[in-house]
Amino acid sequence: MNREESENGREDMLIDGQKQGNVSVPSEFNVNYLKLYYAKLFPCADMFKWMSYGNDGKHPACDKSYVGRREFSFTLENDIYLRYQSFNNVVQLENSIKEKCPFKIDIGPVYSVDPAKKNAYAQSGDNVFTPVERELIFDIDITDYDDVRYCCSGADVCLECWPLMTVAIKVIDTALRDDFGFNHILWVYSGRRGVHCWVCDGKARRLTNEQRAAVADYFRVYKGNENSSKKVSLTGPALHPFLVRSYSEVLERFFETKLLLSQNIFSTEDRYEKILEMIPDKSATSELRGKWQTKKGSKEDINVVRWEQLKNTLQSGKYKAQGLRRCVEEIVFSFTYPRLDMEVSRHMNHLLKAPFCVHPKTGRVCVPIDPNHCDEFDPTAVPTLSQLFEELNIGGTRAEDENEWDRTSLGQPISFFRSSFLQPLLKSCKEEMESSYKSKLQQSKSPLSW
Amino acid sequence: MEIVKPQWKKPPLSANDVVSTLPLYRSAPSLEVRLEDFELYAIDRLRVLKGVSDGLSRGKRPEEMEKLVNDLWKAHMRHPLPSEVTNKDIISHFVLRLVYCRTEELRKWFLSNEIALFRHRFRLLSPEAQRLLMAEFDLPYKPVTTAEFEGVKEKLHLVARSTGQPKPTASDAIFYKVPFEEVPELVAGRRVFICKGYAYVAMNQVVSLVVTQFRGLLSKALVLTNRKWTSTIREQEKDRLTPIVETLCTSYLGPDYSQPKEFAEVSIKDIDQVAKSSFPLCMRHLFEKLREDHHLKHGGRMQLGLFLKGVGLKLDDALAFWKAEFSQKVGAERFDKEYAYSIRHNYGREGKRTDYTPYSCQKIISSTPGVGDHHGCPYRHFSEENLRAALSRMGVNSGAMENVMDKVRNRHYQLACTLTFESIHGSSFDAGINHPNQYFSDSQKFFKSKNNPSGQGEPLDDGSPI
Repeated sequence: MNREESENGREDMLIDGQKQGNVSVPSEFNVNYLKLYYAKLFPCADMFKWMSYGNDGKHPACDKSYVGRREFSFTLENDIYLRYQSFNNVVQLENSIKEKCPFKIDIGPVYSVDPAKKNAYAQSGDNVFTPVERELIFDIDITDYDDVRYCCSGADVCLECWPLMTVAIKVIDTALRDDFGFNHILWVYSGRRGVHCWVCDGKARRLTNEQRAAVADYFRVYKGNENSSKKVSLTGPALHPFLVRSYSEVLERFFETKLLLSQNIFSTEDRYEKILEMIPDKSATSELRGKWQTKKGSKEDINVVRWEQLKNTLQSGKYKAQGLRRCVEEIVFSFTYPRLDMEVSRHMNHLLKAPFCVHPKTGRVCVPIDPNHCDEFDPTAVPTLSQLFEELNIGGTRAEDENEWDRTSLGQPISFFRSSFLQPLLKSCKEEMESSYKSKLQQSKSPLSW
Repeated sequence: MEIVKPQWKKPPLSANDVVSTLPLYRSAPSLEVRLEDFELYAIDRLRVLKGVSDGLSRGKRPEEMEKLVNDLWKAHMRHPLPSEVTNKDIISHFVLRLVYCRTEELRKWFLSNEIALFRHRFRLLSPEAQRLLMAEFDLPYKPVTTAEFEGVKEKLHLVARSTGQPKPTASDAIFYKVPFEEVPELVAGRRVFICKGYAYVAMNQVVSLVVTQFRGLLSKALVLTNRKWTSTIREQEKDRLTPIVETLCTSYLGPDYSQPKEFAEVSIKDIDQVAKSSFPLCMRHLFEKLREDHHLKHGGRMQLGLFLKGVGLKLDDALAFWKAEFSQKVGAERFDKEYAYSIRHNYGREGKRTDYTPYSCQKIISSTPGVGDHHGCPYRHFSEENLRAALSRMGVNSGAMENVMDKVRNRHYQLACTLTFESIHGSSFDAGINHPNQYFSDSQKFFKSKNNPSGQGEPLDDGSPI
């Protein structure tokens, strides 16, 4: 299929979707497509390999029970939840998915015992059923940015506001690698309105709830709730190096060159008043308001002009109210800094949708996002079920390939998942296993050392 | 701990032991303890812990906490015999460990206040004593070398400035490089420089490292003590220690309001009326927002939902109440699927089947509401403007308003709430507010006695836990 055809295909579908309006099953998504998707395209083996973290090998240090203690949760049609599913091998997982055809697959933690048998253990009283490992996860939703975007609201997302997600990926990804030293990080499009992040290093999977909360709090700059005008408060005589780096490498440039213009954040009185509210000096705000109430014809974009005026006023040294010095940064942070759903990251037992699921409302596949090229990611170009179905049909006359996805637009996301995430991850799992086994041997050789 | 017969006597501390440090309470001492002291020491320590707990819930700053701990310790933990001071410390700790090991809730309370106590006592030690204690934990960390220090100097300066600390220099600054997981509280507050998984912990922050170790020790020990208590001690000591242990914990913790008591039931039809008359501001605000937006985020649902449970809203009524609001926004079907579970969960009908307790002021004040959230303590989390508007809607007059705002500025949020209560009810209230459900029940009591003049003589029960 060449580029032009696929472009047309998508346009047709869009028109279709609009015509149907509120019909429950949009053209991008229906159960038959989903069945076919699970039968031919969903990378079940790769997912299972991932969840095994090397424990499916022959090494004596492998924990054979490991993968079978992982919770999977299925959401069936009509929102029936099947929680605490577990699978000992890839065939079981594959058969169950094909048979039940879940609209959503969630991945939970690895428990101390097989979650499918949790009730049997519950009777023994002592809290033996408890989560012991879980990827460190992050969930960022565009709906949480509704007060700073004017193009869309709620679950809608367009190319004007999506870059907010790109910025979030850049800031969080860099900190996870450079600050926390994590290496095995998977970013996934959530299928409609946001992104998920899976940090899979052994060290990350073994963090306690308290440690997870600490990482989440490290990322938190939003201190105000709905009842304080300032959403971000950056106190202290200097900013933490992490915030300095985020600001100078990502946020400032994005705010000044993109967001300012794309969201027109100074263009009307309502909008600029919201920004003036964040300035703690009444005379500074009235000076600015005075300038902005009369519209002057200018060749330059009104947003750029007003932002420059604001910066000049605040940095002129004319006003001395407490907290004024940090105000420019605070404004940039409150418009652009990532807004994490903290509860998701804080606890081990939070479920998160598996990659490569299909979003039932949009029909789009939850494909991985390459953090090194996240600027190029276009949520409106993510393959949909119906598009994949067509691609399969077009190639249908050809001899059966080993991997059907290679002739669809899912080929690239899957090969990215393998080469950039899964293979390096499994390699380091093996190394970690090897070294912990060796040190255990060493220990047992030196008796009574304790 | 031997209660009756000493197995051996600890040699008395010699005068040469100049550096006094903190006990780590690793194992129960083999000491002879008189039954009387057993109880008295425990009560003295409880006074300290209760003071610590109050200080924390008032949002006291670290320096203020240090002074508070110092004062509390001096006031309650003295002993006429200098040699007995350490013993009193150790004995009282182990008695309370027995008292507070017995439920999750008790363990949590004890753990968090003992840790706060330990933290501030540690900070009061001399640097030499601090180093000795670190050595006792046998922490495997070495100070960062001068060469490495030079490499990250700029970043360390930046962090020091961002937290208002003096600028560290290679000669006087000792930094430990530790895995970030070891110092969660420093990570959470961005009070350390973190690079490639390692946090650079300054000497004046090692308290966090030590506290992490201490927390680990104590938390494990409490679980073990609980096992021992249920398996043997409770039965063995049923005529002697058990009654003491079982009454000690109730004397200070205060009621948990998980079971509504006097006003056993509130029905849906009365709820708007009682919300107006007797809900504290934090709950009123959530209640009004729910009515307005037909939605609350997780934190708000928990805070209000558990409060309503404590007020006496039965599970079926709670489901109907939340459904009536949420279904206007998300539809009845989605409510049943996505939200009903967590309401049943709060009432102990799902999941772990724990009957969850309503949040106390301390918990609400220390919560961290974010964008879109309405929970938390209005006195702490609202901007001044919004708080003033909310208070005047509640009927607080302008004179009282200034007093409330004054308390807020000094971060006495519970006192601010108490003043609000007094202003609205037109009666003084000495006990102070420490739980939203206490506010509610005292408000209800007040209106009852007002509407029933025959009960005039009945004083307002202060609801104080002591």
